[in-house]
Amino acid sequence: MNVQSMIEQHKNKGMKKFVEKLMPKLLFITALVSVLATIGIVFTLIFETFEFFRRVPFFDYILGTEWLPFSGTSPSYGVLPLIIGTLKVTGIAIVVAVPLGLAAAIYLSEYASDNVRRVVKPILEVLAGVPTIVYGFFALTFVTPLLQEVIPGLKIFNAISPGIVVGIMILPTIASLSEDAMSSVPRSMREGALALGSTKLEVALKVVLPAALSGILASVVLGISRAIGETMIVSLAGGSTPKFDGEITDSIQTMTAYIVQVSTGDAGYGTTIYYSIYAVGFTLFIFTLLMNLLAGYISKKFREEY
Amino acid sequence: MNYIHHDTVVKRMSKRLLKNKIYKMLFLSATLLALLVLAVLGYRMIIQGTGYLNWDFFNNFSSRFPQNAGIKAALVGSIWLLAIVAPVSLILGVGAAVYLEEYAKKNRITTFIQMNISNLAGVPSIVFGLLGLTIFVRMLGMGKSVLAAGLTMSLLILPVIIVAAQEAIRAVPNELREASYGIGATKWQTILKVVLPSAIPGILTGGILALSRAIGETAPLVVIGIPVIIHFLPESIFSEFTALPMQIFDWAKRPQEEFQYVAAAGILVLMAVLVFMNSIAVIIRNKFSKRY
Repeated sequence: MNVQSMIEQHKNKGMKKFVEKLMPKLLFITALVSVLATIGIVFTLIFETFEFFRRVPFFDYILGTEWLPFSGTSPSYGVLPLIIGTLKVTGIAIVVAVPLGLAAAIYLSEYASDNVRRVVKPILEVLAGVPTIVYGFFALTFVTPLLQEVIPGLKIFNAISPGIVVGIMILPTIASLSEDAMSSVPRSMREGALALGSTKLEVALKVVLPAALSGILASVVLGISRAIGETMIVSLAGGSTPKFDGEITDSIQTMTAYIVQVSTGDAGYGTTIYYSIYAVGFTLFIFTLLMNLLAGYISKKFREEY
Repeated sequence: MNYIHHDTVVKRMSKRLLKNKIYKMLFLSATLLALLVLAVLGYRMIIQGTGYLNWDFFNNFSSRFPQNAGIKAALVGSIWLLAIVAPVSLILGVGAAVYLEEYAKKNRITTFIQMNISNLAGVPSIVFGLLGLTIFVRMLGMGKSVLAAGLTMSLLILPVIIVAAQEAIRAVPNELREASYGIGATKWQTILKVVLPSAIPGILTGGILALSRAIGETAPLVVIGIPVIIHFLPESIFSEFTALPMQIFDWAKRPQEEFQYVAAAGILVLMAVLVFMNSIAVIIRNKFSKRY
């Protein structure tokens, strides 16, 4: 070994040490990107919403029951009709998704054989992978005409059709997460109940369901959060008439659909309408954030450890 | 002494068993109903869409006339979008996962980052669109370009990729790392040459699933203001472009009935792309998954 190669080796060692020190820092920066994204979202929403509230009084927005931003002479920005629209769709979605999702979860976890479960669960999860634009098209061109046969007086744009389809969209979330929660209930508990003479149904409803309740509730709350934030289904099939009433057979508008309506229209940069999508987006963000925090809280707080 | 009436017991038992059977059927039909919806959805799209699926459809730009409308710009645009989203989201996502799993100490900053990731995953996609519109399109002046949309989509799927990569890295047994240290490898060498190679199938499977979500997502593109009628293909990442879901949305909204069929044909193309990507994910998972 000559001197030159030793110097070379020493240099390499220095290089190696440098890389060893550099990499954790570089990787830390990549980990920070997700934090930056959150900060970006929060600040964007706050700044632009602040600008909106310089033009529209806060209480007019939060308590107003009329949402007429496009009225040239006297626009009014009361967000409640949009929130009601979102809640109508979410409510219908929950009515569809919770019973079906739970039934599917109970079937897969308590009744189905391993082979059936192995085939059915991934297919069910395909439903979660279908793009929402496809669901929206399906709601508009298939579910709505089908419902019009059954419900007389149902308009082309209504809350029922997108509600049902959003329910189908969140069904796999609820079914899959609930099934996970039920499957993690220990076998011995089931066997204990079976040995006492319970039927499978009684085991499922009286032993497994209560024991997995935290996971099931968390899955439902996550489903609600997704339904609130769902955009394309409600903009295609829900319509664009924000109303402050309890009607579900007529055209509605959700918070997300309003943002889409403005984005596809030609509201100029800097107009009140432009800033209003940030205020609505902020409201939406708060709703889903609360739901996600609630889901996390439920699954932590009520988790039963075995 | 006759505390237990045989007949009553038998009667009650058979009642309970019957109830069990009925409910089993109910649960089964709920599961089947979900599968049925999927089947109907696929059937409808194929029935409506196949009529428009021909060479012209792939070779034409969109048009005001349904018979001339084609998907060329959207399909190429989606591929351009993928060319941005795939490297950006995979590098950032895997980097963050390696940091969190291999380097991060269990302290408040790490907990905060981890909590932040799971909350970011719950933010509706349309809100990411607002972020992209403000930061990328306006503040950084990228316009309605492939780059602006790609970065927005990357941030959208970043949490999914981080979580998938973390799980893949966590599944690499510690013995492999220790053996690597044992023969004198440094930490970074171990990560680069031992941990990542054995975690790569899991990372790719999760990554491709996340990328297919980015391909199918519409809402952020709508908010950014991606145009729908465009008569040129993107030339660079700074070009304006359109994408598959955006094009389908435009067709689905149009009042003329024929556009419904065009939209269904577009959906078939989109679904074909997604099925293709997902089967790659499945193949990777089956071919390379090792059990330790």
